[in-house]
Amino acid sequence: MITSFLIKSLDRTILVVVAILLALALLIPALNLMTAPDHPLHVPTYLVSLLGKYLTYALLALALDLVWGFCGILSLGHAAFFALGGYAMGMYLMRQIGARGSYGNPLLPDFMVFLNWKELPWFWHGFDMFWFAALMVVLVPGLLAFVFGWFAFRSRVNGVYLSIITQAMTYALLLAFFRNDMGFGGNNGLTDFKDILGFNIQADGTRASLFAASALALALSLVVTSGIVRSKFGKVLVALRDAESRTRFLGYRVEHMKLFAFTVSAMMAGVAGALYVPQVGIINPGEFEPGNSIEVVIWTAVGGRGTLIGPIIGAILVNGGKSIFTAAFPEFWLFALGGLFVLVTLFLPKGVVGTAQHYLARRRAHRAASGTQNESGLAEPMAAE
Amino acid sequence: MTEKKPKSLLYLDGVSVSFDGFKALNSLSFIVEPGELRAIIGPNGAGKTTMMDIITGKTRPDVGEVFFRGDIDLTKRDEAEIAQLGIGRKFQKPTVFESHTVWDNLELALNRSRGVFATLFYRLTGEDKTRIEEILSTVRLAARRDDLAASLSHGQKQWLEIGMLLAQEPELLLVDEPVAGMTDAETAETAILLKEIAKTRSVVVVEHDMGFIRDLGVKVTCLAEGSVLAEGSIDFVSNDPKVIENYLGR
Repeated sequence: MITSFLIKSLDRTILVVVAILLALALLIPALNLMTAPDHPLHVPTYLVSLLGKYLTYALLALALDLVWGFCGILSLGHAAFFALGGYAMGMYLMRQIGARGSYGNPLLPDFMVFLNWKELPWFWHGFDMFWFAALMVVLVPGLLAFVFGWFAFRSRVNGVYLSIITQAMTYALLLAFFRNDMGFGGNNGLTDFKDILGFNIQADGTRASLFAASALALALSLVVTSGIVRSKFGKVLVALRDAESRTRFLGYRVEHMKLFAFTVSAMMAGVAGALYVPQVGIINPGEFEPGNSIEVVIWTAVGGRGTLIGPIIGAILVNGGKSIFTAAFPEFWLFALGGLFVLVTLFLPKGVVGTAQHYLARRRAHRAASGTQNESGLAEPMAAE
Repeated sequence: MTEKKPKSLLYLDGVSVSFDGFKALNSLSFIVEPGELRAIIGPNGAGKTTMMDIITGKTRPDVGEVFFRGDIDLTKRDEAEIAQLGIGRKFQKPTVFESHTVWDNLELALNRSRGVFATLFYRLTGEDKTRIEEILSTVRLAARRDDLAASLSHGQKQWLEIGMLLAQEPELLLVDEPVAGMTDAETAETAILLKEIAKTRSVVVVEHDMGFIRDLGVKVTCLAEGSVLAEGSIDFVSNDPKVIENYLGR
């Protein structure tokens, strides 16, 4: 059952992208660790972490695409799930510091000592164990998405209204995490990490491994997402995106379908956040910023929503552009981002990948039509969305 | 609750519903027997579509009883549950899933378990394949099976939707204006198709096209202002002075 699900998920494009990701997972760390710093092919460590960060963004965009591209839920709060996964990982990393903090308290993280707290809050227990933290990375975002989705989808909140309440959700979390007495480090968040699973978090080897882990997580999520959208369940998702009430009258529990997709997507976003935090070395409430979630929507739109590969390419393109652009003309980046969104919406509504697929399909259809003259009147293969 | 358990397939009694003070249905009573093919006519705003909304769980009645198969209270169930009970509905505007192929549209409609995990791990069995192929030939779309539904003509979309209803294997089929926008030839074929379908299940057809209803040759109910005006054969109903005044015009 599971194997047939996975085999169905692997079409050629997905296979190629998975192969590229796996190759990168080996190649980039190898070029970083095994070449001398002056070697022409050497990849400096800062670049490894930067690329690793892009991959976690790509995973976040892929998660959003599952709900937006295939299910029509425009979530403007996906960065919240990302940040929650990041906080869960951050809490583990904080507990790993132990007595090495500035105050030397073996149990309490520095900020708690600073706030004069005497004991660890209950929700910090267990985070000294990696397996527990890893579980929370998927469970906490998953649970939030489940509860949020349960109420929203059951009450049939749709479209703009749903988008607005997802923004409200991430904004509420932003405000909550800013407060010192929430117990998550307030304004400063969690930082000064020392090691992860016993390895020094600053070491080249650890950075390279984190990159490889991000590439693997992205490849795995791509296979799972592809399996989901190619299954009959995925067809139901597209059906309810295009004609929700029709899907209901066919006997499908639309709210259950959406809830499942939304929860899986939030869990993927949580994993992305957990891989992001050790690579950038900090997590603070700024990650809940509503603008962050909107940026994810832009990456997905640029790459092509509803295409799986699109959001990955979009996230890497836009963030690569951002890194270059903010170095060259820092004050113009937001204008460039806004302009990009407008241009893509107007001229490439299917995104980069969607448009490319469209032209490829057209060319194939033309070739087929000219190849077999008797097969007349080939229908336009791609429909407007 | 009433003492007598109605034996009919569908039983509506004293159903009223109003929207912002406008009485869309006014103590409507209506019965469909198993295996019956029934036509419903009536002017715009007579409550035909509202009645279908009530039966399929889209709208809840203010008062009144709606029972299916004798004792299943439809007013307490939602759309998905009612659809799974065996009530299929075809909308006025053909609504098929345009970004899916004709085949996928039918596969989605097929009467199989519709849970999240059942669909996630669904595999097309030989039996399901045969069933879909059967329906494709019934609705004359076998040649278009791999085309996107968006590329079908209006009439073909109507048929695809009827095919989807067949795949659902409902006991009761509600069909809202199936021949709107169809050519005469398509209309005649649709009448044959519906009569064919009605051999194995009950069908309720809402239609404005009197010629089409005459083709069907069945019992007709005329609705006006939310309640039943007249019921009987087409000749009986179309000669009823109230019907002439309200609907057919003099």
